[in-house]
Amino acid sequence: MSAEIFYAAAGMGRKVRASALVASDGFSARYDLDRVRGLFSRPEHKLAGQTYHGRVLVLDAAKGGVATAWMLHEMKARGVMPAALVLNRVNPIMVQGAALADFTMISGFDCDITKVIPNYAEVEVDPQAQRPLIRLV
Amino acid sequence: MKLSHEEQAMRGGEFGPLLQWAIEHQIKVGDYLGAADFVPVTQAHIMADTESLGRAGVEWLEHWTALPVGQRQVRVPTITDPRGTDFAHAQKLKQQSWMLDLERRAIAAFEALGVLMTDTCINYQTIMPPVRGEHVAYGDTGVVIYCNSVCGARSNFEGGPSALSAGLTGRTPRYGYHLDAQRRATFVVELSSTPRELSDWGALGGIVGRLAGDYSQVPALTGVDCVPGPDALKHFGAALASFGSVALFHIVGVTPEAIQLADVIPVGFALPRHAIGEADLRAFQGRYAMDIGAVDLVVFSAPQLSLMEMRTLAGLLDGRSAKIPLFAVTSPQVKPDCDRMGLTARIEKAGGTVLSGMCFYQSYAREIAEGNGWHRLATNSAKLVNVIGGYGYRPVLLSMAQCVEAACAGGKLVARTQS
Repeated sequence: MSAEIFYAAAGMGRKVRASALVASDGFSARYDLDRVRGLFSRPEHKLAGQTYHGRVLVLDAAKGGVATAWMLHEMKARGVMPAALVLNRVNPIMVQGAALADFTMISGFDCDITKVIPNYAEVEVDPQAQRPLIRLV
Repeated sequence: MKLSHEEQAMRGGEFGPLLQWAIEHQIKVGDYLGAADFVPVTQAHIMADTESLGRAGVEWLEHWTALPVGQRQVRVPTITDPRGTDFAHAQKLKQQSWMLDLERRAIAAFEALGVLMTDTCINYQTIMPPVRGEHVAYGDTGVVIYCNSVCGARSNFEGGPSALSAGLTGRTPRYGYHLDAQRRATFVVELSSTPRELSDWGALGGIVGRLAGDYSQVPALTGVDCVPGPDALKHFGAALASFGSVALFHIVGVTPEAIQLADVIPVGFALPRHAIGEADLRAFQGRYAMDIGAVDLVVFSAPQLSLMEMRTLAGLLDGRSAKIPLFAVTSPQVKPDCDRMGLTARIEKAGGTVLSGMCFYQSYAREIAEGNGWHRLATNSAKLVNVIGGYGYRPVLLSMAQCVEAACAGGKLVARTQS
């Protein structure tokens, strides 16, 4: 593995390039976000107060309830959404939501992806590569 | 995924574009999560409040209703999670007309698809609990974890689009908790103190959920010195699913797949073990807004209250008077019984409001907080304290009795470290 490319076990959606927003914390659209303002809003979240719009979110695990399955679709329709989700571990809800919204997501690494992608780094996420990957650019 | 002839026909559009979309969606999800094939399901349960759906989701649902009836009907009984309002009390909550219009449109669209609007997250207490080994496609994390764990049924978390797909196709991708191998414990929790209050069962769920951390984890609890009732396991499961994204637990000697611990331990594995006691429950409770001295409202919701919880609440409120808003949220199946048995009248005589068919956090919680000036909230639901912070509230986890005391004291909080 190149030092700047990290391969995922699974992926869906289109190739995207954007700035990374990284934290060793979970992700739930219902629990964590103010979807109107495009902010992490749960006070305990490590990204509380930060804008997620247009960023590649690099986080630990999908959390929380089933609402995210609809919310990714709704966020995309309003145009206030992350560019992609990169997770160590997914739950089915995140996969279902990404499938409905045609959203870019990859997950499952042989390292802790939140430890190797620097915050604000420019990254490319390619779910359609022979092996889904995130690359530092 | 391996497809049957019928599934290939659905994919080919022989049953119309809605089923074609549904099976394609399921294949995409199944491929991502490693499903080999589909498994038939007997029921589906859809989470689809309009705060989640948004205008885009409602319009997406509506566009399918233009199809001929024969191309837009669910194949297996398909029911719904709570809605985003109780129309009878929307004005009191200061919900806006556009919210109610959106709800009406969503309801009409689901009805056109043959969905039964049960509007409940306690269908395992009120509609038709599944039996051991029954494959279902449920779409509320609290419903899934209770039915997997307590009933022995088999479901993954099925978000709205996937639950609707399962209702339409009568099947779901066979991955996760449909498989025997995924139902074994991955860690053991040794309890030295069995919770008594529902809020403490929820706190325990929160602690174990934090230990678990992701969907693949299955805790097995030992040391439970009584048979917890359905409401205790409801609060435990809802919090465990909420904090940990966990879909299955075992309690040795209580839940059906764990008569003994050895029944759920993979052969030859030594699982991680964690000890949890009374001090851990109090510490968990203490994490929530210990610095505030008063609350603006009291909410009993998430999950909806059973008839027994409504009875307990009515008893606690008899002869009392709530000085701040107090909401008790139950299901449309329980509410008529509460009306008939006088429980609604007793709660409302004390100044409470009984809401039906909704869930507090699924009902535009941010907007109603802003409309009413609510900020600090007391509840006995650990799940609600986990969810509601993201909507701008400062939640406090108390027992039901403490919540009632707070409501009757004008919101003032006392004796918060004792259950």
